[in-house]
Amino acid sequence: MDTTTTLPKRTLPPWLLALLPLLLLALLVAGFLALDPLRFFQGAFPPLEELSVQRVLFPEPGRIRLEVLNGGPDPVTIAQVTVDDAYWLHTISPDNTLGRLETATIDLAYPWVAGEPLPINLITATGVTFPAEVEVAVRSATVDGGTLLAYGLLGIYVGVIPVALGMLWYPFMRRVDRKWLNAILALTVGLLVFLFVDTLLEALELAAETPGVFQGVPVVIFGALLSLGILLAVGRRAGEQTPRRVAALIALGIGLHNFGEGLAIGAAFATGAAALGSFLVVGFTLHNITEGVGIVAPLTRRERPPLRVFILLALLAGAPAILGTWIGGLAFSPFLAAFFLSLGAGAILQVIWEVGKLLLRDAQREGRPALTWLNFGGAVVGVLVMYLTAFLVK
Amino acid sequence: MGLAGLAGGLGLRGLARAETPTPEHSRHATPTPDVTAATTHTGDHGGMGTVGQVDHAANQFDPHEILTDFDTGVLTEEDGRPVRTWEMYAVDREFEIAPGVHFPGWVYGTPTSAASRRLGHVVGQCPGPTLRCVEGERLRIHFINASSHPHTIHFHGIHSAVMDGIPGVGPGMIPPGGRFTYEFDAKPFGCHLYHCHAVPLKRHIHKGLYGAFIIDPDPARYSGEEAAAARSRNHTTAESQAVNEMVMVLNGFDTNFDGENEVYAANTVAFAYDMAHPIPIARDQPQRLYLVNVTEFDPINSIHLHANFFDYYDHGTTLRPTHKTVDTIMQCQAQRGILEFSFAGFEPGLYMFHAHQTELAELGWMGFFDVR
Repeated sequence: MDTTTTLPKRTLPPWLLALLPLLLLALLVAGFLALDPLRFFQGAFPPLEELSVQRVLFPEPGRIRLEVLNGGPDPVTIAQVTVDDAYWLHTISPDNTLGRLETATIDLAYPWVAGEPLPINLITATGVTFPAEVEVAVRSATVDGGTLLAYGLLGIYVGVIPVALGMLWYPFMRRVDRKWLNAILALTVGLLVFLFVDTLLEALELAAETPGVFQGVPVVIFGALLSLGILLAVGRRAGEQTPRRVAALIALGIGLHNFGEGLAIGAAFATGAAALGSFLVVGFTLHNITEGVGIVAPLTRRERPPLRVFILLALLAGAPAILGTWIGGLAFSPFLAAFFLSLGAGAILQVIWEVGKLLLRDAQREGRPALTWLNFGGAVVGVLVMYLTAFLVK
Repeated sequence: MGLAGLAGGLGLRGLARAETPTPEHSRHATPTPDVTAATTHTGDHGGMGTVGQVDHAANQFDPHEILTDFDTGVLTEEDGRPVRTWEMYAVDREFEIAPGVHFPGWVYGTPTSAASRRLGHVVGQCPGPTLRCVEGERLRIHFINASSHPHTIHFHGIHSAVMDGIPGVGPGMIPPGGRFTYEFDAKPFGCHLYHCHAVPLKRHIHKGLYGAFIIDPDPARYSGEEAAAARSRNHTTAESQAVNEMVMVLNGFDTNFDGENEVYAANTVAFAYDMAHPIPIARDQPQRLYLVNVTEFDPINSIHLHANFFDYYDHGTTLRPTHKTVDTIMQCQAQRGILEFSFAGFEPGLYMFHAHQTELAELGWMGFFDVR
């Protein structure tokens, strides 16, 4: 007891206490750098060079532009560039030595052939090579009305149209028996589960392409947790969820997913990876039609909302795909794409949670178990439908 | 750089010819055609090539110096017999193989090479100094291993097993700091090579331990036409001085150690003899090129001479050509030979030569003769 009263007298002011560990840390760092205890290991450390080619652009015939980032811990000097196994003249701006996290632009006058692959290699001062694989050389999109319209149409085809078409099942769904309606909700859960897995895997795949320093995989995981947490907190604020709000949340989650999908499609068209473009677009349209079913499923249990609600929902879920194709086509970054996809994954997880609760509450009210064979079957069918329609786009 | 540029140059030349009378007929009657305008290159590389310049001063050796540097060592006599001696060092060093691209190599050097004499100390160079001697001489090569790895010198020539410079036979691998004197007779005459035969062999060759080894024929041993050819080939004769002699060691460098070369070259530096640094050739002088292929990883290398043909002596061990009037030959690793050609009567201009594996050419193994 005595000590508790005497201790405060002997302690330093609180601000100093708060700073103390930091001061000691600064001292330690300064000492470490001054004494260099690691010099023992010197010679065992080759320079760690890590260049990544962010984008390869073909702005016009006879011109190639590369955007390069140094994602490694050490500075890297780009000494030479080969295109299709030939040394090629080039200019690098601002400088051919890139510090940590610095970027540079490399311009080449090279007679590239549209529709053909083109291997490009960067050779650093130490002789390490970093490849920039071009699957197919395609003239890069530029920001103009025609391009925006073309990419916007892509977004409408893969986002807005399928969602709106799917919503047209609403009148049919209103007429079916409650038991079957729950099965449709379960089907929604099924297709959302598929979308969650699909979105997360896609995000992780893109994360693997990002330079190590950005820690793509943790960013994907935390991105998903972040959007899940935010949406859960928003949902908790207003007590029980109304069907309309659940529908809006589903639309939002699907919208984020479609944004990511739009990014991927836009990038695929821009880099020439989507050689069979029209088939891919039809595939996505079919694949995404079920998303509309999922959005309107919660609305079947009350009176029909006005038409504008449906329009808003369709836009919320579908329109992000347009934004996605624009960004993906004109300024694709694997890191940003991975991040947005992870937000989508988190949002979808939250929607699964909400729809699941809706089913659960319904079952409790009726005194029946939520996981009937019918509901389970509905969920399985949901996954299966998504799986099979995905054949069209993989 | 060359193909488009050269085609352009030829086109220009063609135009100049069409518009002006031929020099032979009108040398005195009309002003000489504007040869400079017709033959100077535009400097347009067509985009192909490296950016920047190799720092030859930092390298301490220069492909243009190596091209015509024949290290004849120190010649003495013992019991009436000529004895030729070299001191040969093996060292570890980094050098620039293309502008800005450095290679951590292992190389040979002698105090008697042009680079060493120029700088006053032993320069480790890639390729190693071109050792030149005459058939029948006694050769002594004092090898000093100043590298941090065991090495040997294995000569392509005729010698005893203990002098073969391979692991496990005779002195075997010479450890760091170790010495050994390889001694044998100079035979057979020809264009040969030497290289390190320490294991792992592939790495020891690829790192840069090789060089040309030329044994000139002794004219006294031949008669008639062959004696004349031998005199022309023997560096101690006046006939040989009349010939412009060059040596090119075809090599490659795998800078990222993935088993494929990133840089190909004649005498180490990519595009060393490009349009901006062509090899000067006097039109009225006969040309002789000692060509040695040591390229690692690729099964063959080759040379193609543009707009001209040459006589080829495979291994250089004959006094008559093994191939007459060819413009392309190929060599497997360690294969070598002598090319004899002339630009007499040719229009001045840049004449290209390169590996006719076009990939090798565009990765550095190409160059130009500036025929004047």
